[in-house]
Amino acid sequence: MPSLKDLKTRIESVKSTRKITKAMQMVAAAKLRRAQESAEAARPYTERFNAVMGKLSASIGPSDSAPKLLSGTGADQTHLLVVMTSERGLCGGFNGNISRMAKAEAAKLLAAGKTVKIITVGKKGRDAVKRDFSDHFIDHVDMTEIKNVGYVDAQSIAAGVLSRFEAGEFDVAKIFFSRFENVVSQIPTMQQIIPAVFDAPADDAPEASFYDYEPDEQTILADLLPRGVATAIFSGLLENGASEQGARMSAMDNATRNAGDMIDKLTIEYNRSRQAVITNELIEIISGAEAL
Amino acid sequence: MADTVQFDLVSPERLLTSVQATQVEIPGSEGDMTAMPDHAPLITTLRPGVLKVFSAEGEADYVVTGGFAEISADSISVLAEQAIPRGDVTAEQFKKLVDDATDALAQAQETYVNHPGMVDDAAKLLADMVAMGDVIGHSAN
Repeated sequence: MPSLKDLKTRIESVKSTRKITKAMQMVAAAKLRRAQESAEAARPYTERFNAVMGKLSASIGPSDSAPKLLSGTGADQTHLLVVMTSERGLCGGFNGNISRMAKAEAAKLLAAGKTVKIITVGKKGRDAVKRDFSDHFIDHVDMTEIKNVGYVDAQSIAAGVLSRFEAGEFDVAKIFFSRFENVVSQIPTMQQIIPAVFDAPADDAPEASFYDYEPDEQTILADLLPRGVATAIFSGLLENGASEQGARMSAMDNATRNAGDMIDKLTIEYNRSRQAVITNELIEIISGAEAL
Repeated sequence: MADTVQFDLVSPERLLTSVQATQVEIPGSEGDMTAMPDHAPLITTLRPGVLKVFSAEGEADYVVTGGFAEISADSISVLAEQAIPRGDVTAEQFKKLVDDATDALAQAQETYVNHPGMVDDAAKLLADMVAMGDVIGHSAN
């Protein structure tokens, strides 16, 4: 049975923990709003971009002359996994879900006899992935210094991926991130970026061949495909940013509530033992008086 | 014939404007063009330059650094790599754009020794950037 003093210090320490988690929750809520706004602001670009690319790639079709970024290298041997996570922990299952999905994919590819290479963005994913797949880990992009993710950051990651592709280091690239659904649900997502996959245009959309191209389709595609990689990474990063704050907010909300419950429980225990001490003292006095 | 056309200018980071335009001047990579309502469907890439939008509210100019435009009879979408309202371009911002283009050229000269095409592209980008500076009144130095 802990002494009264022990209980008191424990209550105090849980109380200060609750203060910290409460503060973290509020900071996450404020950051979430900003992250969500920028994720939503970026959506029109991605949507339109994919619509145009869908039209273009449908009109070029799977011909031999199609750029490699669209048609692939023809092989399916080496896979590059780009695992995007956060730089900080204390955000519930956010990082764990992404890296678990990436690890499952890596294990599946390895079992199928493929070669796997892994690039991580964000410290938390690196730690998780390195533990199990350190042989396949090739590079890490540090985002610690970046407060607000900009398109340039995505471009530099994309440039790294593209130069590896041109050097023939891999055949297929996939990114892993968490899609922001709402504050309580973030869905870990895998998206293939090389060879690029675009939704075919809807049936009622104007015919692709209807368009004039300036310069010709091949040149436009060659210009746009690398940009598509950057765009996919950028939207992944933004979705990740919003997801991270959302996950942290609900994790910290839970933690605050838990701390509250714990304080209640400890306070009851404290009061009970205080009463027990008083009762004991009374018994001692009464029995002392009776003995006289 | 409709006398306006839905015009959207988006950059990867945000939607800059969405208006009913009467005409739009686009700095295409193969030359400037003016798109008006009922234009033939066209997709073109952009070079660094000034994009002019004419609408009921008057003329609005934006500096774009590349990207592409999709034009159809009833809508024009410009997906710019970077787009800044012309009035908001500061000397430092412009200098950074030019510096980036200069770096890209230097890098291309180094990397693509056997691909003169890539070096020419980078050189053209820089030249376009400097020309754009003359138009909006910023010097490259």
